[in-house]
Amino acid sequence: MSATSTSMKRLVSVARIVMLKDLRAEINSRVLVNQVAPFSVVIMILFAFALDNDGILQRVAPGLVWLATMFSMLVVVQRSFAVETADGALDSLRVAGVDTRALFLGKSLALGVQLCALDIILVATAFFLYNVQLEPSGLLVVFVTVVLACFGLGFIGTLYGGLAAGARGRETLLPLLLLPVVAPVLIGATRATEAGFMSGGAEVSEGWPWSGLLLVFAVIFGVVGSVAFGPLIDE
Amino acid sequence: MSATSTPTGTRATRALGFATLALTVWLIAFGLFVSAEDVVQGSTVRIMYVHVPSIWVAYVAFVLTAVVSAVYLSGKNRSLAWDRVAGASAEIGVLFVAISLITGSLWGRLTWGTYWVWDARLTSTAFLFITYIGYLAVRGLGGTFRQRARRSAVLALLAVLEIPLVHFSVVIWRSLHQESTVANSGTDVELDGLMLFTLFLGIVTFTMLFVWMVLHRQRGLALQDAVDAHGLDVAIEQRRQEAEVR
Amino acid sequence: MEHASFIIGSYVVTFGSIALYVVWFLRRSRSTARFADEKDKPWT
Repeated sequence: MSATSTSMKRLVSVARIVMLKDLRAEINSRVLVNQVAPFSVVIMILFAFALDNDGILQRVAPGLVWLATMFSMLVVVQRSFAVETADGALDSLRVAGVDTRALFLGKSLALGVQLCALDIILVATAFFLYNVQLEPSGLLVVFVTVVLACFGLGFIGTLYGGLAAGARGRETLLPLLLLPVVAPVLIGATRATEAGFMSGGAEVSEGWPWSGLLLVFAVIFGVVGSVAFGPLIDE
Repeated sequence: MSATSTPTGTRATRALGFATLALTVWLIAFGLFVSAEDVVQGSTVRIMYVHVPSIWVAYVAFVLTAVVSAVYLSGKNRSLAWDRVAGASAEIGVLFVAISLITGSLWGRLTWGTYWVWDARLTSTAFLFITYIGYLAVRGLGGTFRQRARRSAVLALLAVLEIPLVHFSVVIWRSLHQESTVANSGTDVELDGLMLFTLFLGIVTFTMLFVWMVLHRQRGLALQDAVDAHGLDVAIEQRRQEAEVR
Repeated sequence: MEHASFIIGSYVVTFGSIALYVVWFLRRSRSTARFADEKDKPWT
């Protein structure tokens, strides 16, 4: 009993160290702030040009927020593993005996935090540029959805990012692997956000079952990912 | 030995091949001419005899890929043969999903008036197709044979997890958002005896075809691996000789 | 036969693409087999 609880504690603390390491690397390089966030805002503005109608924009705003998230996520995931593989840091971590489960959880959580930050910007952009309705109860649904979806995406992104890391042509491979897998999250998050924004006459309360679905996805990929990540990156 | 003409052939695969070919001729004859037209669908039902067996083979192929991948990952005997069967099977599965998507959309154009509907089954099948294209891309990533085998085996098992999730989410997505289900409007097929026989013949023929293809393709991949490994040996040997000369 | 072009088209697509794929991989294994040893073909 105490043996499992100490190993559990160890796992959590190593995961925390990995997460803080990734976030610190991000804070130092500011790629998220200087490149990814502006990129996603540009996507939102381009959607507005392409669709060119306030009514349509209000209706499709939730979908656009999440599509922009998916595209930006590809950049962030690649970034997350480019840091690791650039000077063989991933191998060093493995040689140092870092538990792959802790590595997976730490990197996923760091990715989740970054995506959450990005999505707060995207929701704000939708609020200001697309003129969506956002009431306090809707804001709560949207907030919970963003958190659950982003951590789910963090798990999926880390799992498949680790698979493509260090391989030739990973820039083109990652979208092919990742985008089909994130489809359920796209569906769930878009519906929940639609309820939160009350697009197309949706009720705010309709969002909660979808958030529940996102929670299920996050848990499944969190558990499966921590098991599968080790064999995937094992050389 | 006529094996020089087809290096992956044996007496068994030749026998299987000829039997499959004969059945294919029968299938075309029954599917296009002998079987009756459907009461509701008329002659368009004839597409079913290639469409349904194609998707059947695709499912069999992906299940086989998952099973042999699991065997590779779990087994004490980590033979690369498992990995090559998984690769061959997935490749053939992708071909048959593509065929069933194309024949299905031709069928859909005739019965629903449109090539594609965002129906749950069609959408999940499209995702299935993309997922296994990704799987084949990962197999082509390079690295050692062991790396390839482990990576792709894990990915094959992840696909088994992913596909029900995608299917489930697409089903509830559609159940809420579809105003009219064109996919269910009076397209039910009443199968009489001969039609059922033809469909059964199609499934048997395609399954035999699948077995034949996997056997050949898997041996082809084995040859490829052997030649690649051999090429590496040759290169190492050359380097060693260069070093000795120096 | 009604809609003959669609029906025959679907048969052509099915058997045509299978045949193309089979021809492709058989030719491919034939060309690799030239570099392989007899011991690489345990099934023969």
